[in-house]
Amino acid sequence: MASQNLRQPTIGVTPDEYQNLSKQFTPKPTVVKNTVRAFFIGGLICAIGQVMINLMVMGGMALTQAQTVATAVLIFLGTLLTGLGVYDEIARFGGAGAFIPVTGFANSIVSPALEFKREGYVAGVGSRLFMVAGPVLVYGISTSILVGLIYYLLLIF
Amino acid sequence: MPPVILASYTVVGPKEGQGPLGTTFDEVWTDNIHGEKSWERAESKLLETAMQGALKQSGLNPEHVDYMLAGDLLNQIISSNFSARTMALPYIGLYGACSTMALSMAVGSMLIDGQFARNVLVGVSSHHETAERQYRLPTEQGMQRPMSAQWTVTGAGSLVLGQSGAGPRITAATIGRVLDYGEKDTANMGAAMAPAVTDTLVNHFNDLNRKPQDYDLIASGDLGMVGLALSQELLKRSGITSGPEFTDCGVLIYDKNQDVHAGASGCACSAVVFAGNIMQRLKAGELKRVLLVGSGALHSPTSQQQGESIPGIGHAVVIEA
Repeated sequence: MASQNLRQPTIGVTPDEYQNLSKQFTPKPTVVKNTVRAFFIGGLICAIGQVMINLMVMGGMALTQAQTVATAVLIFLGTLLTGLGVYDEIARFGGAGAFIPVTGFANSIVSPALEFKREGYVAGVGSRLFMVAGPVLVYGISTSILVGLIYYLLLIF
Repeated sequence: MPPVILASYTVVGPKEGQGPLGTTFDEVWTDNIHGEKSWERAESKLLETAMQGALKQSGLNPEHVDYMLAGDLLNQIISSNFSARTMALPYIGLYGACSTMALSMAVGSMLIDGQFARNVLVGVSSHHETAERQYRLPTEQGMQRPMSAQWTVTGAGSLVLGQSGAGPRITAATIGRVLDYGEKDTANMGAAMAPAVTDTLVNHFNDLNRKPQDYDLIASGDLGMVGLALSQELLKRSGITSGPEFTDCGVLIYDKNQDVHAGASGCACSAVVFAGNIMQRLKAGELKRVLLVGSGALHSPTSQQQGESIPGIGHAVVIEA
């Protein structure tokens, strides 16, 4: 039988006090470790791209062409490593260093494609393909237009 | 006599099998998909396997089971519904998020104690990949998890509760109330659930005139390291001193070097730790009286996106050898 004492007490802190308490007990992000790792993984990916560009330029390709080809190769590598289930492990270690380069962009497109293939090509892959990259594209392109406009106006005056 | 736990069965994925409790599970899968065509199917299979395993171990025929109670984390609790389709038993689907094991044990015991049922089959499941893709991001998306994040257990645990027979008995239950102290970070669910769990514990101790030391083990469901520390602190502030007997299933199931950060979560977390390790220790006489407090975070991806805070709940059941 339910006793008379039931539901009388409650925990003795207010939500505000609890928010402070919760902050104290929650481990801080490991910023220094993450930054160092991101620097090396991001740097490594960029260095691979640069080595490819240099080799292609040495082989007689025009610089802008070599840059395009190197980007395409990095996108391919990002896609391949995502498909092999390796890229998320690299990103777990490298964080933003793996997320920001073009390989990370490839990963953000390929991972939903893999994940939602089971929901079909329309409702799954088609509608979810840009679930991670979509906001980046929308605000990236919008910002670039805005900055371009400001630049244009600055040139006039 | 209070309802008795006649049988228990656990199935887990490989990561859980490699953890410190690996040998206490009945079945360990070699991968999380187990030859199924989707993660969701694999999760239903986990639950079916656990429920059929428990039923087989109890020696009962399906016609002796009056109700099946089950729940999971997926939208519309599909893992449970699909398992119930296979089991073909009178079915009550439950949702208490990660507290569902304790909730189903409490409700199942009430059905038996109220003489609405002779035997009740209870079980819950969770699956790392199904939870990730529903609540967070695609599983192959590269990202870093915050230090307070918890890892969803892949597994299922099931119990057969009965009116009579040999086994540990469920002697009391305290149903929790939903408390929300404003935590919004879904990567810190332990902090969101700690107030509700503590509230249930305080109410439980007051209701039964007991203290933590009256239990050999108090195991919260999946508070994780952050939530457990917070709950211990809140208990202390409520004037209740708890010692090493108060621990958390989410802290026990993985090893530190398994890179899970603040511990485990998911319905299966408390289910497989209770139906595996804790049941074995109860039967061996190592534990006499256990308090299992299931902890649940009652948010959804929609409520999270709309900026709502995370309501928490805790349900407590007492199990005595």
